[in-house]
Amino acid sequence: MATKSLKARQKDLAKTNKQLEILNGGIFAEGELPYFKDKLANIGNFPLRPKKMEILQINVGYMCNQVCEHCHVDAGPDRKEIMTRETMEQCLDVIRNTGAHTLDLTGGAPEMNPNFRWFVEEAAKAGIQDFIVRSNLTIIRANKKYYDLPKFFKKHNVHVVSSMPHYTRGKTDKQRGDGVFDKSIRALQELNAVGYGMPGQDLRLDLVYNPSGAYLPGDQAALEKDFKKALDEDFGIQFHNLFAITNLPISRFLDYLIASENYEDYMYALVEAYNSEAVENVMCTNTISVSWDGWLYDCDFNQMLGLKVASKIKHIKDYNEDILNDRNIIISQHCYGCTAGAGSSCQGTVI
Amino acid sequence: MANTYYDAADLRKFGKITEWSEELGNKFFEYYGKVFEEGALSAREKSLIALAVAHVVKCPYCIDAYTKDGLQRGITKEEMMEAVHAGAAIESGATLVHGVQMMNKYNKLSM
Repeated sequence: MATKSLKARQKDLAKTNKQLEILNGGIFAEGELPYFKDKLANIGNFPLRPKKMEILQINVGYMCNQVCEHCHVDAGPDRKEIMTRETMEQCLDVIRNTGAHTLDLTGGAPEMNPNFRWFVEEAAKAGIQDFIVRSNLTIIRANKKYYDLPKFFKKHNVHVVSSMPHYTRGKTDKQRGDGVFDKSIRALQELNAVGYGMPGQDLRLDLVYNPSGAYLPGDQAALEKDFKKALDEDFGIQFHNLFAITNLPISRFLDYLIASENYEDYMYALVEAYNSEAVENVMCTNTISVSWDGWLYDCDFNQMLGLKVASKIKHIKDYNEDILNDRNIIISQHCYGCTAGAGSSCQGTVI
Repeated sequence: MANTYYDAADLRKFGKITEWSEELGNKFFEYYGKVFEEGALSAREKSLIALAVAHVVKCPYCIDAYTKDGLQRGITKEEMMEAVHAGAAIESGATLVHGVQMMNKYNKLSM
């Protein structure tokens, strides 16, 4: 398992233009598989347009304590892209005035941003209905300074969404690194101990499952049932919902697909599973993604591909929801990842 | 023309069998889909049965398909291998139970 990001390893696929070349070329350019825009055109949805803005997702930096094999951010300890306090101030101005009902902080490991706690405290004051922090769990056990995170989250009524690839040690550690499973279990128990994830309780704890390999996630409800049973029986752990998220063919997951000679089969599987009903609710139609340096994107995936919003408003300092909402969403073949089967988003399936 | 009898990429083309016999092809795929829906047995249990049978009938396409299906359902490799053994045990049992016929014949022919 790699211990450095693609960027630190100076791999070709760390470059967004190389990734886009692959996504736009090969089996798509040769006509073996249809372009995503043609699929949208078939149902009268091209160009794809936003609906009501509901989710403001802010990526506070690409630094992470883990180097997961499938990471679409290419995050890792060597990534130095971290949101500054100045950009956070600009974000707070937007958070105070947005019509969005959900604020979603992500990374990297967002907790590693030195201004993370201040930012959460300030953002919580804005009284947004659902305030999510995407925590990888192991960060809570990575260093003493993070041990009190469960209490900190509770104090600000943060909705914790955490990655958990499987309820068995082997699969988890293979995707995320040795020891990740045990640390994640410990972190979940600590979140439970302060009241997170308990049935009927308001302190929300949801888990994110994404496949540890070149296959699509199965039925979300069935997986949730299996996770709940196994985590409760083996470790006494409770959580609310499981979000099954499809791995999109970008960044480290794309690198893995190509290196393991699974790329074509995976793209075939995504295109075969294309579901026009999922198009109606893809997350780019109700989300704006903000990068560590304040640029705006249709989603976190487009952010990682360097595809800024097609609007005259491109930066958080100029944010204007009405102007932004009047834009065409930028798409490429990675978008098939969000329309496969029951669809996929940062909130799990979409239909 | 491929120079092997089996080509993994042919699995993607399975649906094309309908092109040369539409009615039968459609009926087959409709039946196939129905069989693997949740029923008295869960879809998960049926996936493991399919994996075991795939090995017994030695269908490389089916093995690929149901290994992937199992992964998608969160089925562990230990469960998959046990299913393969269940298939193998029945298959070897089917061979060995013929040993009784051999014994019967031996005894009948012997004084």
